[in-house]
Amino acid sequence: MAPPRLRSPLSRAIGLGSAKEGVAHWWAQRVTALALVPLTLWLVIAVIELAGADRARLVDWVHHPLPAVLLILLLTATFYHGALGLQVVIEDYVENETLRLGLLIVMRLAAILLAVLGVFAVIKLSLGA
Amino acid sequence: MASDPRPLSPHLQIYRWQLTSVLSILHRSAGLALTLGAILLVWWFAAAADGPQAYAGVQAFLGSWLGRLLLFGWSLALFYHLCNGLRHLWWDTGRGFELKTAYASGWTVVGATILLTLIAWTLGLASWRG
Repeated sequence: MAPPRLRSPLSRAIGLGSAKEGVAHWWAQRVTALALVPLTLWLVIAVIELAGADRARLVDWVHHPLPAVLLILLLTATFYHGALGLQVVIEDYVENETLRLGLLIVMRLAAILLAVLGVFAVIKLSLGA
Repeated sequence: MASDPRPLSPHLQIYRWQLTSVLSILHRSAGLALTLGAILLVWWFAAAADGPQAYAGVQAFLGSWLGRLLLFGWSLALFYHLCNGLRHLWWDTGRGFELKTAYASGWTVVGATILLTLIAWTLGLASWRG
């Protein structure tokens, strides 16, 4: 027997569910997580090799295109994934609607600021400086 | 809400502590800690891009006991969130929900986290001194 249909035909056609945003957040969190598995393991190995390195050695390393590109991907995926996670934490624990909205905005802007700062620093180190 | 005294489900502290729920909340805590670690990473690159003086400042901080403690916490949170994240991705395929399996994967995550942290610090400290 087919399960009873509790949603209206329009709601089913739009397909966004009760949270009005569909599964976009869920998917983005999983895809960034998948990307971060190899990127993180690579970063850990790189950081171990660079432990205590002077600036010249760091610059020398970032001059190579592959580390620079992987670092940019890592920073982007990290702050995207982190913002998605922090969003859920804020939504779960901050009851006051005004405060919640304010925190969500500040958190997202801070994530973008930090991601751009990191990416810019890597590019500057890689191409010059 | 006082004006609407409906029955509530028992609060968290009513339940006995169990591995599955502890690991669940630790995943979120580790994620929060990792956002601080990400700020540290950006600070490291930004200081390097700024110049030798700023970079020396970061290196001095990371070499201090507080810096090393932060790095240790960062690595522990990273390995835990990574291992338990893989456990979550496995759950997302619809597998591993039997009680026995959930406990086995949980203990595997705990063991792998400790092992990876120890390996990383053994190699890292050797590289730091070398």
